[in-house]
Amino acid sequence: MANTMQLDIVSAEEAVFAGEVEFLAARATEGELGIMPRHAPLMAQLQPGEVRVRMPGGDEQFFYVSGGMLEIQPHVVTILADTAVRAKDIDEAEAEQAKRRAEEALRDRSSEVDYARAQTELAAAAAQLRALQSLRRKRGS
Amino acid sequence: MSGAKEIRTKIKSVQNTQKITGAMEMVAASKMRSAQGRMEASRPYAEKIRNVVSHLAHAQPEYRHPFMSEREVKRVGFIVVTSDRGLCGGLNSNLFRKLIPELRKCEERGVEVDLCAVGNKGAQFLRRLSGNLVAQVTHLGDTPHIADLLGTIKVMLDGFRNGELDQVCLVYNEFVNTMTQTPQVETLLPLPALTDPVLDEQPYSWDYIYEPDAEHVLDELLQRYVESMVYQAVVENIASEQAARMVAMKSASDNAENVIEDLQLVYNKARQAAITTELTEIVSGAAAV
Repeated sequence: MANTMQLDIVSAEEAVFAGEVEFLAARATEGELGIMPRHAPLMAQLQPGEVRVRMPGGDEQFFYVSGGMLEIQPHVVTILADTAVRAKDIDEAEAEQAKRRAEEALRDRSSEVDYARAQTELAAAAAQLRALQSLRRKRGS
Repeated sequence: MSGAKEIRTKIKSVQNTQKITGAMEMVAASKMRSAQGRMEASRPYAEKIRNVVSHLAHAQPEYRHPFMSEREVKRVGFIVVTSDRGLCGGLNSNLFRKLIPELRKCEERGVEVDLCAVGNKGAQFLRRLSGNLVAQVTHLGDTPHIADLLGTIKVMLDGFRNGELDQVCLVYNEFVNTMTQTPQVETLLPLPALTDPVLDEQPYSWDYIYEPDAEHVLDELLQRYVESMVYQAVVENIASEQAARMVAMKSASDNAENVIEDLQLVYNKARQAAITTELTEIVSGAAAV
């Protein structure tokens, strides 16, 4: 028992792995980390790369993460994997886009106005048509 | 046979409507199931990251992140999560009914408000409200990806980081079960204190080893935490939307059934009356001859 630790690998959209492991190797920003049970609390940012896991039987498993966070408590290791490819400038561009969408939408009241105008014109045309019809009926009778 | 033809057309038209609502009900039911699946799938991450953040609150970090410190509230940001499409009962209007008193409270206290819309209905409503809509993302579809939300969230996070916003709230519909969805207003930032039953009892103080350094790691972690909360809200809102639509369409189909029944009765009466008059006319005609 003392020689294993609980490992959870989760990404925002699903749980990837959960179970007891003997050893874990992952690539943090400062280099490769090898984690054994009873490690001191540590929090690290992961680089895109593989996470190597040794199971109690000696089997090895590999997971690919495109970055994320690694949290270590003496008997529990959590990997919060990213699903999206993250880069500062991509995030920046996304933020700009979200703002622009809001501004455009605010400016773009014209579409609603056009609809209202079309509706009034339609109502006027329908009224004219009705008047014409009743006139014709009167003349016919 | 006065009106019989009109009634027949009317019945036909109600039947067509019923077919559509019936189909929509079934589509919503199957979409709800998959939305619920996605909700379940995203829960482990939300739970884990919540654990990590609550551990963090118990550590004695050498560095205190701005997201964790409260300050006087002068400007509040609201992230409003709504559906893209209508015909889902009172789902969105209930949410707005919950949101408006909050906005009014802010107004009374002289607090300014920035709004941020996720979903088409919210965007339209907030525009009509002529609030200060700073960012929006619409047409996420049934399978939203966290990547689609990042930009909108970043606008709010940057606002908080730069000191323009002093509080960020999240407004969404919580999926309780198929029949109930409750609108929620939650505070995202500053991070509310989280508790952890195990660590609350630990008497000694400790801190993490950070790689590369505390500032970077905490920044990334807390940003992800907020993102996962918003993503969770969006996924939950979609499940709520489908559930609400399913219930609304079911009652619409039931109502259509009632209308058809009533119309059928009226039609039968009119038909019988017409036959009776025709018979009397023939009989009286024959008697006159």
